[in-house]
Amino acid sequence: MVRCASAARAAVAAAILAAALFGIVVAADSGFAKQPFIVLASTTSTENSGLFAHILPRFEKQTGISVRVVAVGTGQAVRIAQRGDADVLLVHHRPSEERFVAEGFGTRRYDVMYNDFVIVGPKPAQSRGDNVVDALLRIAGDRRLFISRGDDSGTHKKEMALWAAAGFDPRIASGTWYRETGSGMGATLNVAAALGASTLSDRATWLSFANKRNLEIQVSGDPILHNQYGVIPVNPARHPHVREGLAGDFVGWLLSGAGQAAIASFRIHGQQAFFPNAGFAQ
Amino acid sequence: MSQIFSLDDVRTRLKGVDSGSVGILPLEFRDVSLSVGANQLLDRLNFRIDPATFTVILGPNGCGKTLTLKLAHGLIVPSSGEIAWNGPYGKAAKRYQAMVFQRPVMLRRSVRANVEYALKLRRIPRRERHEIVGEALALAGLDRFAKRPARWLSIGEQQRVAIARAWVTRPQVLFLDEPTANLDPSATRAIEELLLRVHQAGTKVVMTTHDMAQARRMSDDVLFLCRGCSVEHAPSDEFFAAPRSVDARAFIEGRLVW
Amino acid sequence: MDEFTQAFASAMRLVYTLDPSLLEVVGLSLGVSLAAVAIATIVGLPLGAAIALFRFPGSTGLVVLINALMGLPPVVVGLAVYLLLSRSGPLGVFGLLYTSAAMIIAQTVLVTPIIAALSRQTIEELWAEYADQLRSFGADRRSAIPTLLWDARSQLGTSVLAGFGRASAEVGAVIIVGGNIDHLTRVMTTAIALETSRGDLGLALGLGFLLVLLSVVVNATVFLVNEGTAPRHSAV
Repeated sequence: MVRCASAARAAVAAAILAAALFGIVVAADSGFAKQPFIVLASTTSTENSGLFAHILPRFEKQTGISVRVVAVGTGQAVRIAQRGDADVLLVHHRPSEERFVAEGFGTRRYDVMYNDFVIVGPKPAQSRGDNVVDALLRIAGDRRLFISRGDDSGTHKKEMALWAAAGFDPRIASGTWYRETGSGMGATLNVAAALGASTLSDRATWLSFANKRNLEIQVSGDPILHNQYGVIPVNPARHPHVREGLAGDFVGWLLSGAGQAAIASFRIHGQQAFFPNAGFAQ
Repeated sequence: MSQIFSLDDVRTRLKGVDSGSVGILPLEFRDVSLSVGANQLLDRLNFRIDPATFTVILGPNGCGKTLTLKLAHGLIVPSSGEIAWNGPYGKAAKRYQAMVFQRPVMLRRSVRANVEYALKLRRIPRRERHEIVGEALALAGLDRFAKRPARWLSIGEQQRVAIARAWVTRPQVLFLDEPTANLDPSATRAIEELLLRVHQAGTKVVMTTHDMAQARRMSDDVLFLCRGCSVEHAPSDEFFAAPRSVDARAFIEGRLVW
Repeated sequence: MDEFTQAFASAMRLVYTLDPSLLEVVGLSLGVSLAAVAIATIVGLPLGAAIALFRFPGSTGLVVLINALMGLPPVVVGLAVYLLLSRSGPLGVFGLLYTSAAMIIAQTVLVTPIIAALSRQTIEELWAEYADQLRSFGADRRSAIPTLLWDARSQLGTSVLAGFGRASAEVGAVIIVGGNIDHLTRVMTTAIALETSRGDLGLALGLGFLLVLLSVVVNATVFLVNEGTAPRHSAV
């Protein structure tokens, strides 16, 4: 038989002890967060390439505001911002960004910077060129191994748009020469490198990727491969708790001369990876 | 070295350990039966255990000795019948008893800490515990093992620890369930000598065994069980010289094994 | 292959130069996992003992459930905790997401079933061995709990270590609720995941090796503490 009274007492004691321990941790945690901060939901292409490591310290030095970057796929970043778990959204898929604002989650969308996508493939190149639609059709025709992100990210949506422009849906061949990893850019590149396959990547991630093995850029320069990044503050009308002022400071800095210069000065192996274009027509 | 205490001696010397102001013996089993499912394990046991003597419960394996002991000590309840201790205590009489099992259950701590355990449960203060435990260790010849982890001892030594641990609360009755069944002859002898000292110190001993020679050596009276029934209860000399029941005779002559 | 060994070597260099960012990551990993294991032990040990000793309606079902929860996938736990702590979720007002507190919560959820299930098994077996003798001394199930917990300390310690192993090795939960934020919620496993996705496989492997080493150090420490108090061999 359970002695209810003393069992309950013991349970309460254990709960209090556990809660106390946890409380200590939270207190210690927020003790360190005396510095003002914002949460920025962004993509792996900006974080993993090292861009943020380059520009954010400058912002912090100038304003004392710390930027906490949560780097995930575009789709996930948008959803994080929709739920109010981020103060600012910075991704690279314009339709998603515009819908984000239209649905009231964001206040306004601004151009920040651009670079381009490239198609990488194994040496020796079957062909090189600057026409991506032709290249994709050749890949499909030869049934050459192609790795897709398949994860609803900005890069993935771009890839689907390119296939649509080529008039071919590769998903009918999914699992054969066309393989969808459902993963981030880095993981997808690892797969492509290991299998000697082609894939679509943003230039910044590709430049900073350390496991290139036998892969090289084979298609680039096609205007359709333009990769535009947009920044949007999360709407305080929708999520009253967002750090509106600090977020505004960050977006303002990013679009200002100082921020844009910081972006332009970022190099990967000597090459400029992001080209600032704030202030141009949206 | 063992000392001979009289019962009054023990009661006055011991501070804090309550041996009960009323004797709980004699113990009576009245038509006690035990069945589990369809199995009738014990069938109408009737006997009386008197104070002072060294009682041995004898019988072949499977006759119900262990069950009888557990029933007497209150570890299991009978299906029918009455188990009556003397005095006002009723079920609480368990407090003035102790039991040692066939395989010693050593706690994962030192010998001293094992012996001390029951005293701790009864909230005897530390200073008194130390002295009481010392006496028990001396009686059992375990002084040099006091600090050693109990599980490091040989099984014979562990059984002595178990007996010391049981005796430390000065029980009125000490039950032992085949305490030497797993031991070699020299360890058996050490246990038997220890039990005689415990008995001399004033504790009633009720011990089960299937070893007839041991029963002859140790017992003042013998309760013979067979196939779940209490067959015969007689003073030791009488029982071994002229057993009254057929089964007892067969057992003594070695014809009834299991 | 040469780049690989170079990168591995650079990971080792981080160790003997006591690289501050490495120390930060290691410190956070230990802090989060140890805190989670501590809370899980405080909750799980008594829970396991209680289920072992007391019968109540549904206790068998509870045993099966807790055993099954040992296999909770970390990524599922991460997702569930994320939805709970998200600003749009029920506990969002506390603002715990993307902090080490969230990571501790997630790992506690992962580890508690392990400690509860293993301690239940241990206490149940020990009680089966001790029950008659302890009851002879006048102890009932409730008053026997401290004795059982102390006597089972060696096996219970192993369960706690198993919990620590689970916590320090998982990445699925902490990456979702922590966000792998640099200098804030980046632990060893998420750092390894990051370096892998950057293609820096040698560095990732080096960090992985360090993580294993860390686990060995923790286990060795516990082993040495145990050896000091308990014998390795017993007569029975």
